[in-house]
Amino acid sequence: MFIAPRVADKKDWLSGETGDWELIIGLEVHAQIASKSKLFSGASTEFGAAPNTQVALVDAGLPGMLPVVNEFCVEQAVRTGLGLNAQINKFSRFDRKNYFYVDLPQGYQISQFEFPVVGEGEIEITPEDGEPVIVGIERLHLEQDAGKSVHDLSPDETYVDLNRSGVALMEIVSKPDMRSAAEASAYVDALRQIVRALGTCDGDMEKGNLRADVNVSVRRPGGELGTRCEIKNVNSLRFIRQAIHYEARRHIEILEAGGEIDQETRLFDNVKGETRTMRSKEDAHDYRYFPDPDLLPLELTDEFIAKIKADLPELPEARKARFVEQYGVPAYDAGVLTADKATGDYFEALAAGRDAKIASNWMMGELFGALNNAELGLADSPISAEALGGLIDRISDKTISGKIAKDVFGKMLAGEGTADTIIERDGLKQVTDMGAIEGFVDEVIAANPDQVEKAKQNPKLLGFFVGQVMKKSQGKANPKAVNDLLRSKLGL
Amino acid sequence: MTDLTKMTLAGALDGMAKGEFSSVDLTEAHITACEAATGLNAFITPTFDLARAQAAASDMRRKSGDVGRLEGAPLGMKDLFCTEGVKTTAASKILGDFTPPYESTVSANMKADGMVMLGKLNLDQFAMGSANETSCFGPVINPWRNGEDLVPGGSSGGSASAVAADLCLGATATDTGGSIRQPASFTGTVGIKPTYGRCSRYGIVAFASSLDQAGPIAKTVEDAAILLQSMAGYDAKDSTSLNETVPDWRAACGQSVKGLRVGVPKEYTIDGMPKEIEDLWAEGIEWMRDAGAEIVDVSLPHTKYALPVYYVVAPAEASSNLARYDGMRYGLRVDGENLADTYERTRTEGFGDEVRRRIMIGTYVLSAGYYDAYYLRAQKVRTKIADDFRNAWETCDVLLTPTAPSAAFAVGRKINDPVQMYLNDVFTVTANLAGLPGISVPAALDGSGLPLGLQIIGKALDESTVFTAAGALEKAAGFTAKPSKWWS
Repeated sequence: MFIAPRVADKKDWLSGETGDWELIIGLEVHAQIASKSKLFSGASTEFGAAPNTQVALVDAGLPGMLPVVNEFCVEQAVRTGLGLNAQINKFSRFDRKNYFYVDLPQGYQISQFEFPVVGEGEIEITPEDGEPVIVGIERLHLEQDAGKSVHDLSPDETYVDLNRSGVALMEIVSKPDMRSAAEASAYVDALRQIVRALGTCDGDMEKGNLRADVNVSVRRPGGELGTRCEIKNVNSLRFIRQAIHYEARRHIEILEAGGEIDQETRLFDNVKGETRTMRSKEDAHDYRYFPDPDLLPLELTDEFIAKIKADLPELPEARKARFVEQYGVPAYDAGVLTADKATGDYFEALAAGRDAKIASNWMMGELFGALNNAELGLADSPISAEALGGLIDRISDKTISGKIAKDVFGKMLAGEGTADTIIERDGLKQVTDMGAIEGFVDEVIAANPDQVEKAKQNPKLLGFFVGQVMKKSQGKANPKAVNDLLRSKLGL
Repeated sequence: MTDLTKMTLAGALDGMAKGEFSSVDLTEAHITACEAATGLNAFITPTFDLARAQAAASDMRRKSGDVGRLEGAPLGMKDLFCTEGVKTTAASKILGDFTPPYESTVSANMKADGMVMLGKLNLDQFAMGSANETSCFGPVINPWRNGEDLVPGGSSGGSASAVAADLCLGATATDTGGSIRQPASFTGTVGIKPTYGRCSRYGIVAFASSLDQAGPIAKTVEDAAILLQSMAGYDAKDSTSLNETVPDWRAACGQSVKGLRVGVPKEYTIDGMPKEIEDLWAEGIEWMRDAGAEIVDVSLPHTKYALPVYYVVAPAEASSNLARYDGMRYGLRVDGENLADTYERTRTEGFGDEVRRRIMIGTYVLSAGYYDAYYLRAQKVRTKIADDFRNAWETCDVLLTPTAPSAAFAVGRKINDPVQMYLNDVFTVTANLAGLPGISVPAALDGSGLPLGLQIIGKALDESTVFTAAGALEKAAGFTAKPSKWWS
């Protein structure tokens, strides 16, 4: 079914005892649709509610209860499909995937098997250490989530929470187009950014609303495809990389010892950093898919699709390119600044009418550093783009020096007010009065005759004098003026 | 005072409107009849106290001028409809004491129209059966006899038996392969399955979703029209519900069939079918001709595949629909050594033989490697069967056929021979597969004094014409026989 024409960069080849190997990776990402209600019921999808408090009759599989498709969820799937540059299928259908489990009240999951709502597409990803790669999208389909089994409340009983039962998921299936763990994690990250920009999924891997099944196999570079294993439900980028590394090594070891890979489903143990067998191919379920007779096929009109298309926001890849072009920031910085919509919006507000380079430096340096230390997200930043812009403006108009600005920033972070308020209150306005500065310079020169002699031999000592002058001015002297004056007086 | 249980629904509504008697009078008379008829085993859960309260409330409403379509009429509810606060069993053990916290749309519509509910009627377990012998509450007995206990047909055997024995003025039923029409034929009652999507399936315990459809069993064609009028209507809670207005079907019942083209499909006969049924069919054709209809010979060439197609599609859907009965959230649970064992014990004990048989058939036909040969092929043939009807409508407006290939048979006669049992549905499943309306009208008694019905099948959404044709058939047949009241 799949072919994998691209051969990995040599740097991504894995060396074994008998030669080099190439990794082939495909992913199935489950993205929870950011919808207030479930795919086929009106029950809430709010995260963190008390167990079994967000369950409609149909979510609990009560007799005679029927699913009714939530049109908003269909719209989000189409939006996402358009964001993945994918074919939108005007005809799609819901099928039942039949199996028994305690957290599956109906005894089947409603999914889309034969006719998914979204067909083939592609996205460009940039792995951290490499060149951009195009990853093909095989399909995106809608399906409902199962409930949650809770095994750790009692030693011999399993509890079931049905709050998640029926929540809408998009399963996004990639082609086996990734050749390294870095590419796989860049792909998931790119997907995450796309769905967040589109607003179709919160993309929060910690809350489990974005999780990946990772398909891994190895082959001789450019050779025939090997047998793959599927690692289920990996829920962070780091774990995805770890799972792939572990699994690749496991395959190589088995193959080099003359063994064969069993096609199986595996689990990733994130404590041990290992994968282990969940079920073998022989134990695979026969899901007995068939069209769900309770639901009509989904038939989308051109108008419906066109309307969604017209509303699409700028996607991260496009925004990144625009940032490089419009603001002249380096590609790496543009990537960071477009990682999610809020970051990009913050930056654009900050850079408007200001030097974009200074804006990005302040944002990525001071602001991100401070937020990181405080374990805060940008949304919780105590300093708004407007406030930070106010601070940058005072640097640009030379009211304060960059160094003083850092102190002011610290005070802003502590909630002491705007840059102007703090500068005013603390009297931090830069001294540009040449007379006053000259006074400080003369005092310092007079007090350090030895150093003056040495400085004439070694101009690097200028720094010492600058420091002394700044100290006398309590940091308020204009550094350039101090520098110029010292140079001329010391004859440097 | 006249025996109020002998009245038709139309007559009773009329009598209450004229103030001749109250809903309480009517309801008490029917409760007395029900209490005397426990030998028929038509009810699983009688709700007499509820009925009395509803009747009293109805009489109050009537005084204030608030009169619904079914105001004050004591009716029976097939125990496949979920009824809020009243135990709903589907005649199964696995549902246990399940008492829904919700009301099916059909029963809610009827409640809103002023119905008085006498109780929940017996049926084949999960509506799977053609003789009402698979109920875990015991078989329903047909009020008609020929020396031994007879089955009332199925799966709506309780509904048919209760209406035939004058225990209620009418009853709800459901029809997946003939479960309204075949029991109507066996009991001398009228039963209509409307177009698929006319009645909401919301709150009806599902058997085979693409085939299940609710309808009434009634004493007359007009009564059936009154009941269906209340039951039907668009419901956003059922995605397969049809957003179509419900015409005045009662008015359609008395219309003339002059010029109506009645098709006679030559394929509606099987080996071993009693000559009496052939003859009755021929007589029915003459009746329609005499009433001014034009008789047209038609062919529905895929008819012979209908029964096999049905017994692939219906079990397939059932195997999935019944997966939810797993002992985890409601109903019966038989604890085992582990989860799989608990499932196995619960479902083995909770489901009867016939239900288990169909779950196994359904699981088989959907399995990898068999899906194409069975399920997919059956769906393709199903399309051909629907096409047959579409072609027939080019030359006729309705079809006239026998309802069932036999009269009621003795309890126990066919229960161990599923294939013989399944043949009961041979003339009725086609309408389910094509989603068309079909009605059974009692036409005559056979040589041993048992009722036989004739079926009218119509175009999708054309129940009006079906009622018109059925009304003409009813008038011509002049069927007035009632079973002798041996049970009380």
